[in-house]
Amino acid sequence: MTEWLSLLGYVLITAGAIFFITGSLGLIRFPDLYARLHALTKADNLGLGLICLGLACQAPDLAAALKILLVWGLILIATSIGATLIASTALACGLRPRLGRPSPPAVTRDDTRRP
Amino acid sequence: MSELYLLLAAALAGMALVGLFRTADLLRRVLALNVLASAVFLLLVSMARTAEGVDPLPHAMVLTGIVVAVSTTAAMLAFAVQSHERRRRERP
Amino acid sequence: MSGLVIGFDLLLVAGLAWLAWQALFDRHRFSAVVHFMAFGLVMALVWVRLDALDIALAEAAIGAGVTGALLLAALGRLPATGGHSPAWRAAQRPLVLLALSTALLATLALAWVAWQLPRPGLAVPIAEALPESGVTHAVTAILLNLRAWDTLLEIAVMLTGVFLVWSLGAALVPYAPATALPGLPALTRLLHPLFLLVPAYLLWRGSHAPGGAFPAGAVLGAGGVLLVLAGALPWMHEPRRQPLLRLLLAAGLLLFLAVALGGLLLTGTFLAIPASMAGNVILAVETAAALSIALMLMAFYLYGEPGR
Repeated sequence: MTEWLSLLGYVLITAGAIFFITGSLGLIRFPDLYARLHALTKADNLGLGLICLGLACQAPDLAAALKILLVWGLILIATSIGATLIASTALACGLRPRLGRPSPPAVTRDDTRRP
Repeated sequence: MSELYLLLAAALAGMALVGLFRTADLLRRVLALNVLASAVFLLLVSMARTAEGVDPLPHAMVLTGIVVAVSTTAAMLAFAVQSHERRRRERP
Repeated sequence: MSGLVIGFDLLLVAGLAWLAWQALFDRHRFSAVVHFMAFGLVMALVWVRLDALDIALAEAAIGAGVTGALLLAALGRLPATGGHSPAWRAAQRPLVLLALSTALLATLALAWVAWQLPRPGLAVPIAEALPESGVTHAVTAILLNLRAWDTLLEIAVMLTGVFLVWSLGAALVPYAPATALPGLPALTRLLHPLFLLVPAYLLWRGSHAPGGAFPAGAVLGAGGVLLVLAGALPWMHEPRRQPLLRLLLAAGLLLFLAVALGGLLLTGTFLAIPASMAGNVILAVETAAALSIALMLMAFYLYGEPGR
């Protein structure tokens, strides 16, 4: 039973790491702030959830497992509201979402300068 | 292992000194001072790992040092922000 | 397994060096500040690797949280121009090279000297003095009993910093109006109990495990900065509450001084706490110090005196 749980933990952590890599790739490659936020929040929250589940599977007792899952819940709350704040502040500062097909060299770092 | 972190502390201190003297911008100087403080903290804590166990005295010193570092950072930033606000109010 | 551990260490060291480089030399100031915040977070991991859990807790809350918030708030108010580092002029190049090589040599010499230094350490004497200090966690014992003088002066330095910041002018209103961002007050309402629960737990834990006044005050202060940002603390700006605010700001220092003078009366030594009551006294001082540290961190964030 314990070996199976541990093995399941490894599988879940690996899957979570893959989600993290995907989210980071989106952060680097996507054209504007809103698309980057979309990639980062969705993929990273899922990846973090999988990693937390995997770690909880390997935790020594139930209390430790519940603490790890509590971390996931708290980070979900914080990142969801943080992402909303970043997006609404960017919109209030006058950053328009990029519509249509992006042209590749137009990605400037000036887009992200103002918080 | 602690030798690795000693080297890192030296590299960080060197980079922070170059950054501190290179820039004319106050905010960057604050950043450089913070990195320098981190380097010194790292030096102290990695030196605390002795043969007879971890020495807790440098840990306590670094703990107070972190709080003093945030105080100086806040004071310097307040100088920068308030002087800019005052200049803006006088010349609208 | 040890190969994995060394690989992890190397990854941490390389990541920290890169983040510090970006924080110091990135062309955009905003990007530099964000890299510095990431630097603080990775630094917390390094503290865990070096068995310094107290520092890791304080660094995660102060180094990445509060300092980052201070820097971002200042960045929003400072002019956007002037942030770029000047390019080297031709006449400057030899000087710069000289400075760079001197800095490199000096830091290498520093590393060499640090490597060679004898490391006597005070681990053994501190472990011997621990039973008389009233707590079982060595770092808390040093901070609040064995070397309480340092901590007393450190809180005084912080209070001086608050006086300095407040004497510069009136408090600045938050950069982004909280009413425009409905998520922020909702988040603070949701997390409010946790901001009280976690510091209380850290404070209680400090007597026997990593925790204590500094991490508790840092976490409480980080939560408080969020409250200030959300405009959820209007009483801080009311003129008639100013005496209370000042009293709370000074509470840690005042109680600490009272304990020091009490020690002088009871035992004849300044700051000496009698071993029989040390545990309770330390807890009381820690509570006041954590409250004051949290309030001082929030006071820094105002960038001026409230209610003026």
